[in-house]
Amino acid sequence: MLEQCRKAASLRRQGSALPGLALLVLLGMSAWSVAQTPGSSVSSDSSPSSDNEKPVPILSGSAGAFSFVTAGQNLIDTQINPVLLVPLGDRWLIESRAEFEGEFQRPPDGGPYGGPVTKHVDYAQIDYIANPYLTVTAGRFLTPFGIFNERLYPVWIRALQPDPLILPINTADSDGAMLRGGFSVSAHANLNYAAYFSATSIGIDSVDSERHVGGRVGLFFPGPRLEVGGSWQKTLQDYRKNAFGFHMGWQPASRPLNLRAEFAHSFEGSGYWIEGVYRLSQVQRWHKAMRRTEVVARMQQFFTGEIGPDAAADLGLPDVNTRETDFGVNYFVRDGLKGVFSYGRIFSSEGDFNQWTFGVAYRWLIPLGREGAR
Amino acid sequence: MMTANRLRAGATVLLCALVIVSFVFAEESGRAPAKKDGGSATVEPLSDADSMRVQGEQRFRANCGRCHAAPQKFPPRMMKTVLRHMRVRATITDQDMRLVLFYMTQ
Repeated sequence: MLEQCRKAASLRRQGSALPGLALLVLLGMSAWSVAQTPGSSVSSDSSPSSDNEKPVPILSGSAGAFSFVTAGQNLIDTQINPVLLVPLGDRWLIESRAEFEGEFQRPPDGGPYGGPVTKHVDYAQIDYIANPYLTVTAGRFLTPFGIFNERLYPVWIRALQPDPLILPINTADSDGAMLRGGFSVSAHANLNYAAYFSATSIGIDSVDSERHVGGRVGLFFPGPRLEVGGSWQKTLQDYRKNAFGFHMGWQPASRPLNLRAEFAHSFEGSGYWIEGVYRLSQVQRWHKAMRRTEVVARMQQFFTGEIGPDAAADLGLPDVNTRETDFGVNYFVRDGLKGVFSYGRIFSSEGDFNQWTFGVAYRWLIPLGREGAR
Repeated sequence: MMTANRLRAGATVLLCALVIVSFVFAEESGRAPAKKDGGSATVEPLSDADSMRVQGEQRFRANCGRCHAAPQKFPPRMMKTVLRHMRVRATITDQDMRLVLFYMTQ
């Protein structure tokens, strides 16, 4: 079931890859030209700085290789996710992320591993920082519904490699415009917000599109390091359905602990996940290894919505009510490189399964021009 | 149809109001005299580099640590790009971005 969901999510993403890739190539060319032009439009931020402190275009990204063994069946997942960042002037940023992913399995009757290799542009957007309170974004962007899709999705960031069950709810890419920002509302709180409109083309041979509006608001309290927020999205055709969600994150200053949770409710289904990540840096025994190690636990539940099993599978959602509990260990070999291992148990009316995951995740950062003095 | 038009008009008005309010606030804060630092969320320009560094580290841990482990420090030109990206992605405030940049490039 989970493989079906994962494949469906990948296939769902393939539809509009070509225009995005063309845009990615254009962005790459612009980054190259900007990097090669001395004294070009790449200039400093508004703070006074010397020439060698002007922001430089960057090719960043992550790569990973994982083995997901679910109910005894192995799925080898390899992926490369390049991220291109091109700052222009003091206020502009062009940014894009692509995903190249191969999912390989043995056929049921035996034989060598095989499977699809998919490509997808997750986002290709231009940002204009209008003032300290407002950034205007246009293009394809990650839908700001909850926190996992925008902030925790990359393999080098996420603490557990299996996706949360509710991830497909309202997190398909958006094509349109967005207003967002973050600012202090008092001495002890920051407010962050995002409001967007999207009209995503859903057919190559037709003019169909999926239109929606939505937003997210969060309050972050830097003292206790607590963030709470909510998201909303309304689809503007068919059933004109509403969806909403809540999220929270807490990192107590006294402990190397990171607690996060999300809840989402929509026409397609609803559910929640709660995750705790604890870095063992306070363990004195084998301290050198322990400070590079974190343990993770996540509990989640999904409840089916008003769509049928086929539609749920197309979206990448479970087609029956499902519970899942995961435990994991991550070891940071060095900055940007970690080994991951996790065990999960999945409970549903289709049966209970074990899910084992192990692999490596890597993140890189390459300047496309002079990086300047350290 | 009436409801759809009303919703569209409402959304347009709301977005326009959001843009106008942000510019008004930006203008006002540009004029406002510097206030004393009242807490961890508000920071005014500090002459003391050490103090800025300490505050920058606090902001770094509070903002960046919400999602990922602390990365290594990169050269200033790279850090500026990364922080502009993170300002948009993680909606960190302008002040936090400046302090984190100062901390990460010193």
